[in-house]
Amino acid sequence: MRRTGSWAVGITAILVSVVVFIVPFAFIFLTAAKDASDASRLQFSWPQEWTFVENLTEVLTTRDGIVVRAFVNSTILTVVSVVVMVILAAMVGYLVQRRRSRLNPVINFFVLAGLIVPPAVVPTIWVLQQTGLFKTMPGLILIEATFGLSFCILLFRAFVATIPRELDEAAIIDGAGPLRLFFAVILPLLRPVIITVVVVQAVAVFNDFTNPLYFLPGDENATVQLTLYNFQSQMVSQFNLLFMDILLITVPPLVMYIFFNRQIVAGMTSGAVKG
Amino acid sequence: MSRALRHRAAVAAVAVPLLVLAGCSSSGGDDAGPTEITFLTTQDAPNPETAEALVEAFEAENPDVSVSVEIRPGGTEGDNLVKTRLSTGEMADVFFYNSGSLLQALNPDSSLVDLSDQEWVGSLTEEFTPVVSTDNGLYGAPLGASFAGGVVYNKPLYEELGLTVPETWDEFMANNEKIAAEGDGVAPVIQTYGETWTSQLFVLGDFANVLAVDPEWADQYTAHQRSYAEEPALLGFQHHQEVAEAGFFNEDFPSATFPDGARMVAEGEGVHYPMLSSVIQTVLQNTPDAVDDLGFFALPAEDAEHTQATIWQPNALYIPQSTEGPELEAAKEFVAFANSEAGCDVQNEMLPPAGPYAGTCEVLDSAPPLLDDIQAYFDEGRTANALEFLSPVKGPNLEKVTVEVGSGIRSAEDAAAFYDKDVESQAKQLGLEGW
Amino acid sequence: MTANLATEVRPGRRRRATGSTSATQRSIYPTWFLLPAAVLYVVFFAVPTFASFYFSLTRWTLFDTEFIGLENYVQFFSEPQLSRGFVNTLIYGFVTSGAKVVLGLALAVLLTSQLVGRGYLRSVVFFPVLVSTIGVGITFKALLDPFDGVVNTMLAAFGIDGPGWFTDPNQALLTIAAVDIWKGLGIATLIYIAGIVAIPQEYYEAARVDGAGRWQQFRSITLPLVQPATATVIILSLIGGLRSFDLIWATTGGGPGFTSDVIGSVIYKQYQAGFYGLSTAGNVILFLVVTAVMVPISMLLNRKEVER
Repeated sequence: MRRTGSWAVGITAILVSVVVFIVPFAFIFLTAAKDASDASRLQFSWPQEWTFVENLTEVLTTRDGIVVRAFVNSTILTVVSVVVMVILAAMVGYLVQRRRSRLNPVINFFVLAGLIVPPAVVPTIWVLQQTGLFKTMPGLILIEATFGLSFCILLFRAFVATIPRELDEAAIIDGAGPLRLFFAVILPLLRPVIITVVVVQAVAVFNDFTNPLYFLPGDENATVQLTLYNFQSQMVSQFNLLFMDILLITVPPLVMYIFFNRQIVAGMTSGAVKG
Repeated sequence: MSRALRHRAAVAAVAVPLLVLAGCSSSGGDDAGPTEITFLTTQDAPNPETAEALVEAFEAENPDVSVSVEIRPGGTEGDNLVKTRLSTGEMADVFFYNSGSLLQALNPDSSLVDLSDQEWVGSLTEEFTPVVSTDNGLYGAPLGASFAGGVVYNKPLYEELGLTVPETWDEFMANNEKIAAEGDGVAPVIQTYGETWTSQLFVLGDFANVLAVDPEWADQYTAHQRSYAEEPALLGFQHHQEVAEAGFFNEDFPSATFPDGARMVAEGEGVHYPMLSSVIQTVLQNTPDAVDDLGFFALPAEDAEHTQATIWQPNALYIPQSTEGPELEAAKEFVAFANSEAGCDVQNEMLPPAGPYAGTCEVLDSAPPLLDDIQAYFDEGRTANALEFLSPVKGPNLEKVTVEVGSGIRSAEDAAAFYDKDVESQAKQLGLEGW
Repeated sequence: MTANLATEVRPGRRRRATGSTSATQRSIYPTWFLLPAAVLYVVFFAVPTFASFYFSLTRWTLFDTEFIGLENYVQFFSEPQLSRGFVNTLIYGFVTSGAKVVLGLALAVLLTSQLVGRGYLRSVVFFPVLVSTIGVGITFKALLDPFDGVVNTMLAAFGIDGPGWFTDPNQALLTIAAVDIWKGLGIATLIYIAGIVAIPQEYYEAARVDGAGRWQQFRSITLPLVQPATATVIILSLIGGLRSFDLIWATTGGGPGFTSDVIGSVIYKQYQAGFYGLSTAGNVILFLVVTAVMVPISMLLNRKEVER
């Protein structure tokens, strides 16, 4: 009975998902395959002429391959800043959850404030100029890591609670120091959350456009979202190329997600086996 | 090469001591490799292809300079970026930006390099010179042509229906009436509120007519002694409401986009599109065969004698004060090149003009007929600059209220009063006197 | 080892007894763990933010500043669209957040059960998160075009006269909220999946042994134990919803007219218009509003967490 029930639910879910999620995706894909005139109508229709390959070539060769350069930049930016923010935030989230201290309300407030207050652009540039980090990739990495901290801390604090405290004590009795306890015992157990945080923050950093725009100007430093401006303007928008670019910068993170998604599923099944 | 050197020598004669020093030191070190400068522009005209074609032609003539192009967003996001980079001293060596009041907001006297000693300055039109100048200097060289705001219309339909270009508002409405009655479902007036900025033309494009009635209007407005709630400026809002109430708009006006509007007027789905003449660039991309079917007339005033075309001056190239030494020399050469013969060839080829140029360049004879219509207003002396070139006062919400007027959410009088209030907050932020 | 220990843990924590003295606590959980994050936070966030608060008291063109006291605040409160924007902000924040909590949890339960096409479903639900907001805006404006958009064309095929969506002053805000939910649901679902995965399987087994049905298992195991995830989703999505303007900007720009303006978009418009001092004052006010909403909610959620 459960089998047939789950089949019915699964098939219903797939049908709903086609309408809700695949139609918009198809729109993006079809528009990316049209010629400029056809695409400017912005209709959900079959392309009058398939120019998918031409559009792809054009986007990839625009401005000496800025899209490819942007890809490399965005990847470096995303990987490094997410690693930094995940480790730092996990340490804070872990400490705040484990240790009851007078500092905690203060930290909680700052975490909330970090989520609520929008970053101030110009003063941040001054700080970066003072520290010699303006217009450098490390500068932007630190900025992205900082702006992501609050989100990560919140998530880690919530999920460290699911790790039994007895584990800590057992590890300490085994002679582990605080560092080993954290890195060798706690972090591995946080894997599902880490994957979640990595996925969410990687997407956020990868798709960010305001911070790269202001803090790392220059075409050699372009990140993927900034390449969209090459195809969009008030007078002459090239929707076919714009959507091709959107498609191009959406697919790699989707592949990454599918990969990490397997990891979550793997975590689930191994947990189930152990249970 | 020799040309570049001569130019450099001429520039070195400038009375600013620092520049002279920089000029000397740079001419000694030719073996130091090419001077590298950056050029910040937008996707808006001139688009990246134009910018790169310009750079390529420039580098061919000046092998000792290499220029790299950077693209920034357009619109208000771009304004912010330009201001941020200028105020933090991180601007590119040459940048492309609006003229008029947007330029004034950059504090040109303290942030930009005065170019009034450059050769090309002599060729600028008298309408353009003030919009890139302050009392203390001239800061910009035009790139691209001017364009007009008014009614872009479909010529074949005009012939078919036996219409003539209206000189008064009543004639315009009579034409609309006839199109609605005999036009076989063709929309008399195209509106495209899917992109809200397009809704402002009834008001902004009427401004030359306001000036014809009241030549002091712009200055008085800046001093808070005129307002949109009173005639003659109120007429723009009222005309907008009148057309909306008569039901002359295309059926899908709430969601239609700018490219839709361009296509509709080009292909004859609608007759009048109140728009900037630069719409022909969109038509050239999407429906190139129809470009010769487009004509232009100024938004008609109540009286024929007050009907004038409202003109938007071209944007310009500027050099920030953070550019110094050999880069400054190279930047000046690049700016000059854009208005040289070779530069004009690139402009004409890559960036079809939508009106007369403001400097040395000339429109080609092969340009679309719409340009002749605009040129006629210039020849008759019936043009005036748009308000944004004459007064720094412009509220951020004009496009919202004009959408409301066109959609019947707000009356013309109410909208004008609302906009006056919107403007007030802006004038206060600018710290203008009298507000 | 993990599994063994985990099996010993029962829901209902009683850790308070085991924490022992604060001295041993400090040695196991050293304060310097906070340090690297704190340095980044202070240098790159707190300092610029405090600097910007000063600018809310000035007329600021980015090139120069003039101290004008509280004038910006007075001006901000006299914005004609403000009261409407305020109501819209609350509607938008609570509608999107509520929907993300409910739908996110439902989807997460569905996607952690044995289901046909589970991998596919997980991917499509997450895909909107990846698409840039600009693309989402253009796409939905086209699909929901009241005249030739595919949605209304389909509705017309069933004889339904489709609504105006973004172009109808009464529906614009809720339409944007729906797109926001579409775009953000993937993250809520992902967090919930992580929460559900962290629940030890043996609770369910024990419950099944006791003869609990699926609904009962959900009520008495999943729902209480997924509480940390719920708290996170509520806090993140509510703050996001109250502050949000980017999707509004990409679809209606606050229109038609001002009908879908929220505080965030009013501030953004001021910022875009170059009113830097004024928009900073607006941000301070928005910060106070969001804090006023969030602090009680977050305290409530934290208390619940501690009580368990």
